[in-house]
Amino acid sequence: MKTAYTIVIAIVAIAIIAGGIVSYSFLSQPATSPSPSPTATPTQTPTTNPTVAPTAVTLTGAGATFPYPLLSSVITQYVNDVKPNVQVNYQAIGSGGGISALKGKTIDFAGSDAPLSASDMADVPNALHIPETIGAVTVAYNLPDVPTGLHLTGQVIADIFQGTITKWNDPAIQSLNSDLTLPDKDILVVHRSDSSGTTFIFTGYLTAVSSAWDTAVGQGKSVAWPVGIGSSGNTGVASVVTGQSYTIGYVELAYALQNSMTVAAIQNPAGNYVLPTLEATTQAAQSMASAGLPTGAESWANVNILNAPDAQAYPIVSFSYLLVYKELNVVPGMTEAKATELVQFLWYVVHDGQQLASGLEYAPLPANVVQLNEATIQSITFNGQQLPTS
Amino acid sequence: MNRKFTGDNVFKILAAVIAASAVVILIVTAYTLVSGSVPVLQRFGLGFFAGTQWNPVEGREIFGALPYVLGTLVTSGIALLIGVPLSIGIAVFLVEMAPKALRVPIAYLVELLAAVPSVIYGLWGLFVFRFWIQNYIEIPVSNSLGWLPIFSGTPFGLDVLTAGIILAIMIIPTVASISKEVIGAVPNSIREGAYSIGATKWEVIRHWVLSYGRSGIFGAVILGLGRAVGETMAVTMVIGNTIGPAAIPTSLFKPSQTMSSLIANGFLESTASLEKSAYIGVGLFLLLLSLIINIAAHVMVTRVLKVKGGAVE
Repeated sequence: MKTAYTIVIAIVAIAIIAGGIVSYSFLSQPATSPSPSPTATPTQTPTTNPTVAPTAVTLTGAGATFPYPLLSSVITQYVNDVKPNVQVNYQAIGSGGGISALKGKTIDFAGSDAPLSASDMADVPNALHIPETIGAVTVAYNLPDVPTGLHLTGQVIADIFQGTITKWNDPAIQSLNSDLTLPDKDILVVHRSDSSGTTFIFTGYLTAVSSAWDTAVGQGKSVAWPVGIGSSGNTGVASVVTGQSYTIGYVELAYALQNSMTVAAIQNPAGNYVLPTLEATTQAAQSMASAGLPTGAESWANVNILNAPDAQAYPIVSFSYLLVYKELNVVPGMTEAKATELVQFLWYVVHDGQQLASGLEYAPLPANVVQLNEATIQSITFNGQQLPTS
Repeated sequence: MNRKFTGDNVFKILAAVIAASAVVILIVTAYTLVSGSVPVLQRFGLGFFAGTQWNPVEGREIFGALPYVLGTLVTSGIALLIGVPLSIGIAVFLVEMAPKALRVPIAYLVELLAAVPSVIYGLWGLFVFRFWIQNYIEIPVSNSLGWLPIFSGTPFGLDVLTAGIILAIMIIPTVASISKEVIGAVPNSIREGAYSIGATKWEVIRHWVLSYGRSGIFGAVILGLGRAVGETMAVTMVIGNTIGPAAIPTSLFKPSQTMSSLIANGFLESTASLEKSAYIGVGLFLLLLSLIINIAAHVMVTRVLKVKGGAVE
């Protein structure tokens, strides 16, 4: 009897505690989310020389993992050399998480490898797209007798990943590589097992070049792979491809360059076989941008910079975006000072920040995309008021 | 009848709160999983359990969890098949045979295996161990017995077999150290009695010690199975992560996917609500499977084994 009594008390106690936690987290959500951070408050207490001390501000971002190494270097340089009063937090939680956090208004900016879809745009019509770096996907292979120089077309790659072409010496591959002796071996396909922006770009390319792929599989961050084995992350795919003969897989350009992987030259629409390099990637973005891109406030859902027409452009290329609200007063806790710091940080990312790109094996933005971004960043407002970019 | 707020009472309530919180956490988890998987269950009904297709591409969504349930059961089964005999062997050796000087260091090392993070097992499996499996087991077996369906497929080293063996290594410390305690708790009078009627060491261990400790060892096996079923990181790195019908584990040398690795692979980046719901639904199956295993184990231990164990006593 007594024990039952105690248990009842215990359960009631837990219910009260749990209820308290839940209601607290619900009630306090808008207030606790981003801004009245501990670093922001001290400046509100009068200091000895209030006019000189710049306001301490913390900017919070979250999203894609792909641009994280670049962003974190840019942030370090910005915080150390340019704005000691600003802190920038970027959490690499994945593009999907970044977009959810942006919708929830719990962050100041989001990173995403894919543009907002049409339905996302309907949820957050106030969002701006700022392409901040360019990604390229390489097709890496391991043929012991062919250390380098494999040529492939989009159609052939699609057929390999769909399981239509199964042998390395298939006439479709051999005819593209008349100077190479290809082995009579099964092709072992390796793909990403985790949901990723790299897969989104790669399957987008296969969808664009092959109607059979489009019908059977389509584009997605993860898809129903008809053949092959899945390995987690660029590291996983790379380790299988480098460790196993007769494999083919796809990895992010920066990763392939850092690890000196053997990659195929891929035919672009101009008919040239182009190896994936930073220059060929920037070239692709440059030529697509001069052909016309939407403004930052328009929908980018249908933008792709695959198969750029330029003769030297690499065909499997995509932007990675920063997403922000055009009118920043919708973000809880946003102040004019903070909005100004955010705008200036974004300005820095697309200008000085780009100089860090090639050292980290990222393709820098071409000048015409930077110009587009300048207009986008200048259009950001707080309470309808434009903000100084420097 | 002193009903004052004494230290005893405070402690009692505190302990009860902590104990009850385990129940509450389970209920909250179950509720979250059930409510999260409602959309996918509404859309596909039983097909979500029995279906084999898995396509998260927008506009082509179809989700069936069967291959991953099978993948989990098969890899865990292999882990038990390999891990349990080894674990019991270790336990018997440590208690019944090992010289005193070896007993403590070996027991310590076995338990140390449990302290290795699973991601380390996964990395080691991916970069080192899979090549051993591939070169010394899979390629020879595939060359001679490849015509058997169970050994069909390209020996890749990233497949059901490697995942099962890695899991076996991971459950050994759990099963071995509990079995050791169980065997150590067998009263010496039983051994003495057995020896006195002329039993050999093997007979004593086989017929008296292991029989006496049967239900305890079975409990250890169930704990090991629990670990194998829920293990994520290491399995994800070595199982090959196929999707859809290709993930049905028809051969030891074919890649597959388990429920936990499927969730680990896809959940983080899933944005569409139906896709997210599908991963939560798989999580619900995983919870149900663990529950069934535990209940079945409980029934086995109390109903079946104890009676037989009693007969031996």
